[in-house]
Amino acid sequence: MAVLTHKSLAAQDHELSESDKQLKLLHEAGLTPFQDKLTDTGLFPLKPMNLDIFQINMGKMCNQVCKHCHVDAGPDRKEIMTRETMLECLEAIDKSGCTTVDLTGGAPEMNPDFRWFVEQLSSKGKHIIVRCNLTIIVANKKYNDLPEFYKKHNIEVVSSLPYFSSTKTDAQRGDGVFEQSIRALQMLNAVGYGEEGSGLILNLVYNPSGAFLPPDQSELAGTFHAKLKDRYDVVFNDLFAITNIPISRYLQYLVASGNYNGYMEKLVNAYNPMAAENVMCRSTLSISWDGYIYDCDFNQMLDLKVATKGQHLRDFNAQDLLERSIIVNQHCYGCTAGAGSSCGGTTT
Amino acid sequence: MKTYYDPEDLKKFGNISDFQPELGKKFFEYYGNVFADGALTKREKSLIALAVSHALQCPYCIDAYTQDAMERGYDEEQMMEAVHVAGAIRGGATMVHGVQMMNKYKELSM
Repeated sequence: MAVLTHKSLAAQDHELSESDKQLKLLHEAGLTPFQDKLTDTGLFPLKPMNLDIFQINMGKMCNQVCKHCHVDAGPDRKEIMTRETMLECLEAIDKSGCTTVDLTGGAPEMNPDFRWFVEQLSSKGKHIIVRCNLTIIVANKKYNDLPEFYKKHNIEVVSSLPYFSSTKTDAQRGDGVFEQSIRALQMLNAVGYGEEGSGLILNLVYNPSGAFLPPDQSELAGTFHAKLKDRYDVVFNDLFAITNIPISRYLQYLVASGNYNGYMEKLVNAYNPMAAENVMCRSTLSISWDGYIYDCDFNQMLDLKVATKGQHLRDFNAQDLLERSIIVNQHCYGCTAGAGSSCGGTTT
Repeated sequence: MKTYYDPEDLKKFGNISDFQPELGKKFFEYYGNVFADGALTKREKSLIALAVSHALQCPYCIDAYTQDAMERGYDEEQMMEAVHVAGAIRGGATMVHGVQMMNKYKELSM
């Protein structure tokens, strides 16, 4: 198991574990309101295009305590989705007509009903994505067969690997994480994941280990492919370059390291109208462990629920959700900077 | 504390056009063109700029091109190797003048 080097902000009673404190800080920067930028681009109020992706946060429990985690996840977080809420998810999924269900956490695999839930989704014929932190596969014997389980349900595995070396990876994700991640990637490769022609998709996620924007996604992908193959005989499909969003633990890092103002200015100056057009919240719904509905995982962590009458799965109304206005705030600059950022990488 | 260099001044770089708009405009157009993709990529130019920044010891340029190089996917080892290139050229530039010293020494000696 990855060495626990930090506690979650919540366990520390850190003030930035509270969403209102985070929002206050984001406003105190005195930067152009994101809403004004969207207005200039002709996109305010921001409207959904469809409800194609259902992203479900299955709980905040995780075996890692990454420094940049926007969920503030960790072994000390006990919030976890129950089977009852999963049943409500399944009903809502039917009503939504979505094609893809994206499972995240924490480490979603730590939810005791994870496999049951995947089986239900699989029987519905949905495209399933699991955001796997890799180390969970080698964290305990009971997780060692996850690659086989993913394969059985043709799950798309999306995994974070900030760099092809241990220094940067461990600095962000914890001591020993790189070595364990490589072992897990080799296990995924062994059942066919990432192998050409296997149909089993293994995508990696890069996010900057610090206060800077991600490099060009395709250039970086080329380097990752070459280095991982050469050094570790690891193969994968695509690399998603994701911008760190200034909330939760990453926000705390920015403040503590004196990079907060510089990073926010950078995000605002890098505002790209084309990226704003393609933000993921226009085609995604985000569900929390307790069944509330949000425009995205970041809004979820800031307790900004959808602007509809029913905000819980039990009141799910696809038409209302399609007609809603998406809640935006200053953190949204993270998704519109440069080449844009989403859970599937750049958006332009 | 008042110092000759203020990191905040980097953001005011564009203000040099205030005192001479025409030349300022031409300079920034040129600057933009130099760093666009050409026979060399933007990424390659970024690393050259990082090395030159060190050779010229420009603190603004070092800040700017350190961040730029990171955002173009260079790691610390590659960036330090670029600084060594600047260091080697600076050192070499000093040392190669040793030949001039030797020539003069010999000229002045019996």
